[in-house]
Amino acid sequence: MTTAMRSKAAPRTGVDWFLTFLRVLLTGLVLFGLLAFLWQQIDPGNPLASAINPDANRLSWDAFQGLVISGLSQGAMYGLIALGYSMVYGVLGFINFAHGEVFMVGAMTGMITSNKLFEAGVWEDNFLLAILIAVLVSVLCSTVTAVVTERIAYRPLRGSPRLIPLITSIGVSFFIQNTSAVLLGPGAKSYPRLPDWLRDDIGIGPFDIEGKKLLVLVVAGASMGALWYLVERTKTGKAMRAVAEDKEIASLMGIDVDRTIVTTFAVGGAMAGVAGILWGILFGSVTEFTGFLPGIKAFSAAVVGGIGNLGGAMAGGLTLGSSESLAPQLVLEPLGVTGHTQLKDAVAFLVLIFVLLVKPTGLFGERLSSEDRA
Amino acid sequence: MSVNMNTDEAVVLASARGAFDQDWRKVANWGLICAFALIFVSLTDMPDKLDKRVIVEPLLSMGYLSLIWIPIALGNLVTREVVLEGMTQHKKGVRELVAGLSVGAIGGAGLALLIWLLDTRDLSDPLVNWNDALLEVLSFGEGVGYGAIFWILASAGLGLAGGALHVLPTTANRLLFAISLTIVLAASLESALDDISEGFRLEWLFEALFEKKGGLSVQGAIILAVFAIAWVLVLGGQAKRGRAAVTARRELSPTKVNTVGLAIIAVAAVVLPMFLGRLTNDLFTNVGLFLLLALGLNIVVGLAGILDLGYVAFFAVGGYTAAIMTSPTSPGLSPELPWWVAIFVVVFMAIVAGLFIGAPVIRMRGDYLAIVTLGFGEIIRLTVRSDWASGFTGGAQGILSIPGADIVGVATVKGTDPQQVLYLVIGFVAIAIYVSWRLENSRIGRAWMAVREDESVAEAMGINTVNSKLQAFVVGAILASFSGAIFAAKVGSVFESSFKILVSIVILVIVIVGGMGRIAGVAAGALVLVGILGGPNQPGLLAEFSEFKLLIYGALLIWMMLKRPEGLIPNVRRSRELHQEEFLQDAWLKAQANDDDDEAASGEVAPA
Repeated sequence: MTTAMRSKAAPRTGVDWFLTFLRVLLTGLVLFGLLAFLWQQIDPGNPLASAINPDANRLSWDAFQGLVISGLSQGAMYGLIALGYSMVYGVLGFINFAHGEVFMVGAMTGMITSNKLFEAGVWEDNFLLAILIAVLVSVLCSTVTAVVTERIAYRPLRGSPRLIPLITSIGVSFFIQNTSAVLLGPGAKSYPRLPDWLRDDIGIGPFDIEGKKLLVLVVAGASMGALWYLVERTKTGKAMRAVAEDKEIASLMGIDVDRTIVTTFAVGGAMAGVAGILWGILFGSVTEFTGFLPGIKAFSAAVVGGIGNLGGAMAGGLTLGSSESLAPQLVLEPLGVTGHTQLKDAVAFLVLIFVLLVKPTGLFGERLSSEDRA
Repeated sequence: MSVNMNTDEAVVLASARGAFDQDWRKVANWGLICAFALIFVSLTDMPDKLDKRVIVEPLLSMGYLSLIWIPIALGNLVTREVVLEGMTQHKKGVRELVAGLSVGAIGGAGLALLIWLLDTRDLSDPLVNWNDALLEVLSFGEGVGYGAIFWILASAGLGLAGGALHVLPTTANRLLFAISLTIVLAASLESALDDISEGFRLEWLFEALFEKKGGLSVQGAIILAVFAIAWVLVLGGQAKRGRAAVTARRELSPTKVNTVGLAIIAVAAVVLPMFLGRLTNDLFTNVGLFLLLALGLNIVVGLAGILDLGYVAFFAVGGYTAAIMTSPTSPGLSPELPWWVAIFVVVFMAIVAGLFIGAPVIRMRGDYLAIVTLGFGEIIRLTVRSDWASGFTGGAQGILSIPGADIVGVATVKGTDPQQVLYLVIGFVAIAIYVSWRLENSRIGRAWMAVREDESVAEAMGINTVNSKLQAFVVGAILASFSGAIFAAKVGSVFESSFKILVSIVILVIVIVGGMGRIAGVAAGALVLVGILGGPNQPGLLAEFSEFKLLIYGALLIWMMLKRPEGLIPNVRRSRELHQEEFLQDAWLKAQANDDDDEAASGEVAPA
């Protein structure tokens, strides 16, 4: 990045010193928190641990693995949503703020379909068939939402200053959110009860994983594999990569740029749809605001992994999910922060800020088109 | 491509095309859009819920208005052409009418289908508004067949009317627009007008215009229509000339202000609150609080081009600092300072917060910055709510019993007296407007605009981009914190739920709809959006809209970005920048046309 190079060459200003201070402070706090955690793991009564946190308490292995697994399964969902952000950013160079709402549409339509199937008795008789239908419906609806949004709101803005599509997408996000509230009624709506085998623990090696979390991890992995195949091994994927690299030259090579962009939105929407139904299975309920925070966190995941980088998006999602689930217990509690679980969402944003301060290109490097690198 | 409709510029008019010489695919597409829009609006339950809000008793309610504007607008848009300077333009005629009629008819058919489905199917499980009340409103209680046929015919007629707007002369268009705007505006402002007319002892006028149970009376509507016609015909020309003169003067010397207009506004600001009732005072106070926020965001987004989505953080800093400093019951720290002392602490805290949030984000790319500031906004709200900080902020219980604002030796403003709070707000808004205006035309303001347009070039010109962006951030933070401090004094308590991200977005909508980078635009945006539709937690004049206002905000934001990114009252320089390509294209086309003329002329001369 040029900014990074410039800051090396130019004399350090007050802002630079402040940023360095912040970097050191944040890193120090995290390390200190982890150290304090280790102290209290060794002996909660030891004077160092209890000096920092009077209520120091040992974290049991069961609780720890529970946190890791719920962090990973939530992170897998963030990763699936992040793919959409990352692909659109790679191709069009703007943050599609409304992508979180596409995910919410998936969760909502999944809720409607599965409740209908539950009423028809399919959900209980043949759960796999029912969930397959629900996945198909919600993927279809999310894809349609993403494509229609692109057509109405983003295509006319191609080539305008970068903040304009971003502001438009905020409007789209707001609109979809409130459309759901007005059409389907505000408030939480629940999914039907899951079958027992998804609610029981399944033992894999040293881990006991709740069935639904395992399902989420497996489905997310499979979708990721399918996406990887699409992008890296098919002609459509090649076209997408070419458009991401340089739109003009891609169109000179005979690639239909508009169509490729639509495909990108569609694929991102489909991934968000899968994530939506997984959210429903994992948490059992959905509201019109379901898309907002996970959407922003998924964007953070895309940045953490390096935007435009698909593997990075998934890895970023897993990193973000597990750190937001572990950090309150591992860092905040040993530091003596009371009510640390309330700060779970704040941790996710702090991770984003931390990564952007320390390594703005993300953990795995950005893959952006030549125009955006400047 | 500038849309030069209704201008006096010479355009070559080709003869009208035949009535059925249509682009039928386009007509069908627009018709389907019309049908979709009508069904969507019906399913949001606007026709039913807004039916109680009458515009003209007994002819029209807001509920039906939410439907009828759709065929008119789409029937008009279907044949709207982008007119390029120097290009041939076809004469408008029957073709436009046929297109409008068809679009309206297709839309009406869609609505008829919905009425039939409402009667025969039950989809109330996912769609909460799928009920008999909606069917009743759509079919006027006269049965499905009546409703279906009525809407097909009515929608076709409205589409025809929309198409007819192309054919009618410009003056008639302007008159119709003025009449409908006056009537809808008057009906929207009903409760405010009621309140104001009481203050000025003009109840007789109000009673002449409005029915007792709400809505304009027919005679009132006619009076207003006549007034609108008179306004357009008599004063319209003069007003236009006056505005042109003002614009011309501003082009020459941008720092000059319209002193007469300013004086009128100043006098109104001092005198008007005395005559206003409780309701309007409260309303204007809300408008003023959001105007203060919007003026601050205008500096950050409009002038410096930094998209700050966590702007609400500074509002929260102001509100909570004022609350902690003044409230006797604030947990932890409770110095019980008087408000005018607390305001200095508020400013200090705003500067600290502005620097603290600004410094890490200032080097980031514009879109990363947007998300990170949004993250900061959430972090501040979550921290304030958490048990960890509840020793100072009261957590979810908030801080209560904040005394009003007292200004030493001048006045004590009780939060419960809307008139006094309004004066306080007006005072701070005046400061904010003065500061914005002076900054905009100063060296700093020019530096901000340079940074907004091109950071690298600005840096090459010797501007310290980091410092000037930070300055914008801090100035914006101070203005927002003022708003927060007044808000705390007015409400008497602060809770974290008043500082959600939603507030940031609503402020952004105000700035963008009004006109980024232009003080008058921002003021108009705040007045129209917060005053009429209402703020995120504050009711506006159209209280019935509270369920739909966020939906409308979202739609408005998309619409403005697509069609008029410079806002309702644009900043001249900014709109020129946004439409630069179109200006260049027009100039190019003009030059081409001139070249052609020259060639034709020389061609004629040569053989002779």
